[in-house]
Amino acid sequence: MEQVLIKLTVNGREEDVRVSPHKTLLEVLRDDLSLTGAKNGCEDGSCGTCTVLLDGAAVRSCLLLAMEAQGHEIVTIEGLSDGQNMSPLQEIFVNQGAVQCGFCSPGMILTAKALLDSASSPTETEIREAISGNLCRCTGYTKIVEAVMAASGQPVPVRTHPYEGDVSERAAS
Amino acid sequence: MVTFYRRLPKFDYLAPQSIEEALALLSRYQGSAKVIAGGSDVVPKLKRRAMKGIDYIVDLKGISGLDYISYDGAGLKLGPLATVRAVERSDVVLETFPMLAQAAESMASPQVRNRGTVVGNICNAVPSADMAPSLLTLDAKVSVVSEKGSRTVAIQDFFTGPTKTVLSADEIVTGIEIPNPPANSRGKYIKLTPRRAMDLAVVGVAVMVTPENGICKDLRIALGAVSPTPIRVAQAESILKGNKFSDELIDQVAEAAAEGCRPISDHRASAEYRRDMVRVLTRRAIRELLSDEAASAQGFGKGA
Repeated sequence: MEQVLIKLTVNGREEDVRVSPHKTLLEVLRDDLSLTGAKNGCEDGSCGTCTVLLDGAAVRSCLLLAMEAQGHEIVTIEGLSDGQNMSPLQEIFVNQGAVQCGFCSPGMILTAKALLDSASSPTETEIREAISGNLCRCTGYTKIVEAVMAASGQPVPVRTHPYEGDVSERAAS
Repeated sequence: MVTFYRRLPKFDYLAPQSIEEALALLSRYQGSAKVIAGGSDVVPKLKRRAMKGIDYIVDLKGISGLDYISYDGAGLKLGPLATVRAVERSDVVLETFPMLAQAAESMASPQVRNRGTVVGNICNAVPSADMAPSLLTLDAKVSVVSEKGSRTVAIQDFFTGPTKTVLSADEIVTGIEIPNPPANSRGKYIKLTPRRAMDLAVVGVAVMVTPENGICKDLRIALGAVSPTPIRVAQAESILKGNKFSDELIDQVAEAAAEGCRPISDHRASAEYRRDMVRVLTRRAIRELLSDEAASAQGFGKGA
């Protein structure tokens, strides 16, 4: 159970890290590489906020040993921006109101990226299926789905609130 | 008070390059080594301390060529590293074994399915294992090896209890063989859950029916989450086999399936509800399969 020196490729950079074999990729990213974008939520594979990309596929970094990630390309949310400016996908999430408290956002955005990289214009059903393992307790998901549609250049459906209009009209109807 | 662990216990990580090497490790470390493929069941179990005394994790992913999904005309072969996601998207699975794809895509979330494997799902052997009912109706066979030799276990004999299988600590599953379903058969898996994703089955029902001129040539029914292991209900199957389809007989089959299971009550559902749903879903599955094609012309398969 000695520590071992491993190489991880994170956001295009090769990192030498000394890890204990029982450490998850999430722990190593956050504690050893100071990449705190991937969030530590349930640690049980249920919430999706620790999602990272492994060779382009969305995976749960809390269920993955750091040892298993050797030899694979890891992308975290930090890998999307250039450090100064947000990536277009992140920008659209902000502009569409898909970010509220922000805790699910890194996982949501990386999950969305994996989807958009494999399907250029996903349907609403495909988007909802892709993010079905990412919990968000703020947005109700609608704005997130709209952000992914907008990011793929699709028109965002206009939703009329049932109670739009003034109070007297509402009372009358 | 229950202590809630969220960190993994300490262990050493071993990545053998061949099956032989993996088997040697398992026999050397006896019960203190645990095999992982995707790790999506083992890691949370270790964190919960539901699995104790594990000093070594033996990762099969260092062995090349184990992620195959191959079809040779007579049947399908799934390797121990074939992920749930790969199975759910495989053209041959979608075309020839659609109920396997249905079961696969009903599991967990895309992120978990990208890592988790079909073989891992059955080795974990929870009563609600989603791949199990479909594999049971397809009469799958599990290939097992150890240093002492190899054996083939029918999927019906594979599960021995909740999270228990016939596997001993020094054995590895090297694949699942699934023979072609009977000609003109149709099958489906219905999973009852409050949520479509990230939920375990409250009840899982897989049905495969082979109709021929209004007669039931073959019927196979398997149930998940309603007995200590996933099960086939032979008694229910025999009611229709060789007989003309009728609403009365279908009702009898559904009733027999409900009587053939031994559900428990837990936070997901009461035993009574589970039994009721076995009856409803078995009937629904048979009717929907019949209404898919010619049988609908004879007036069966309407409604649920």
